[in-house]
Amino acid sequence: MQKILFVALSVLSLSAWADESKIHLKDGPGKDIVATKCAICHSTDMIQINSPFLDHKGWEALVAKMVNVMGAPITPEETPVVVDYLTKNYGK
Amino acid sequence: MTSRRDFLKGAAGGLAVAGGALLVPRWAMAEDRFAIPAPSLASGNIEASTLESLPGKKPLIKRTFRAPNYETPTEYFNEVFTPNDAFFVRWHLSYIPEDITAENWRLKIGGDSVNAPFEVTLDNLKKDYEHVEIAAVCQCSGNRRGLSQPHVAGVEWGYGAMGNARWKGVRLKDVLNKAGVKKEALEVILNGADAGVVEKTPDFIKSLPMWKALDENTILAFEMNGEPLPHLNGFPVRLVVPGWTATYWVKKIIDINVSSKPADGFWMRKAYRIPMNKFPEMARFTSQEVAGEGNTPITEMVVNSLITNVKDGQRFKLGETVEVKGVAWDSGKGINLVEVSTDGGNTWNAADLGKDYGNFSFRQWSFRFKPKSRGKYAVLAKASNRAGSTQVFELIWNPAGYHNNVVQKIDVHVA
Repeated sequence: MQKILFVALSVLSLSAWADESKIHLKDGPGKDIVATKCAICHSTDMIQINSPFLDHKGWEALVAKMVNVMGAPITPEETPVVVDYLTKNYGK
Repeated sequence: MTSRRDFLKGAAGGLAVAGGALLVPRWAMAEDRFAIPAPSLASGNIEASTLESLPGKKPLIKRTFRAPNYETPTEYFNEVFTPNDAFFVRWHLSYIPEDITAENWRLKIGGDSVNAPFEVTLDNLKKDYEHVEIAAVCQCSGNRRGLSQPHVAGVEWGYGAMGNARWKGVRLKDVLNKAGVKKEALEVILNGADAGVVEKTPDFIKSLPMWKALDENTILAFEMNGEPLPHLNGFPVRLVVPGWTATYWVKKIIDINVSSKPADGFWMRKAYRIPMNKFPEMARFTSQEVAGEGNTPITEMVVNSLITNVKDGQRFKLGETVEVKGVAWDSGKGINLVEVSTDGGNTWNAADLGKDYGNFSFRQWSFRFKPKSRGKYAVLAKASNRAGSTQVFELIWNPAGYHNNVVQKIDVHVA
């Protein structure tokens, strides 16, 4: 946790010039999880640029990689909500 | 009014009915010989990719704010060396320490396959080893990934996840030899100061086979185009691995381990892999191959070129000379030919090659032609290297979108 806080501070100085507050995610159930949890590690324009060409299976595989390999703190209950949000709003 | 093109199309159709398309003289076909699909980025990518400024950088094409992934606009490739303030930025992990200085930076050399581990300062590196300078292209493995059809997930780069610079530093082999490399050494494992935001994220750690690490062209660089490296390009020291894709060019390098075992982290074992046998000409990194997995680490860059001064759809006046310019590069065999077609690939002419800055550099090229009539001219450029390798007309699709060296086709209109 300490490391997360320390890193969040240094990321803040980055955001001061690279203004990711410009990113507007589409509204819908699951947006809040995406905007808080995915955004711990990366700006959510990563989702926008990867759209719209992934289907449900494609987003499911990506979210699974983020959780299992990258350590995204998304719970098993949240995972299907996130996948549905991404598929509906950023899927093909 | 019937245009010449429509007339010819009609004539060709008529002849085909009469006796077969082979009767039509090649000049009269007026069709592009190669079905190269127009490159297209995904619509969400185009919308989100705005020009944004980073400290010390000109506005670049932002793919993602954080980790910062910013691409160089094509116009900068009209110069043979890409300016430091326009050089692309690519990071995997969002924690990029900003407090590393020329004074406090340290590089540790160790591992189970050196005799005497040691640590160097930037001052040691500059004073104790011979300086070398090399012009070399730094290109992301995934450059042009965004153009893959079907699209594949990742950072959706267009053409500009690359740059060419004069890199000055010291040979990695000189530094390794000071530590004494044991005969069982297998790989050199490289780590930079960047890190993930959560503990579980695999650190970005790469490795090279000994033969590449000991290559005289592989250097620890502290200067880029005569200046210290920009922070976002790896200040104070990054590895430069001429001919190989930029995934190996570890930025803000702080740890080097000479190991008797293959590196086993995610970024070597799982990421940056290409299907075995799809790119048979490429150098193999065999200690990273696992039988039955069917893949191998990406290594060298494929032969490639880019048209830099004329845009698709650009208009010219009849009577004007059209000059098409660009750059070409490869894995270091050296570009020896760039051919340009102005008729959709039916006929080809050799372009003039610019000054030779060494086999690992961009090679500039230019071709001039004076259109004789109004209409559309499909312009293609294709580079070849001294080993006889050239570009492809059809994408060799692979799941990570690597090695896209499809010949570019742009239309110019003469009116």
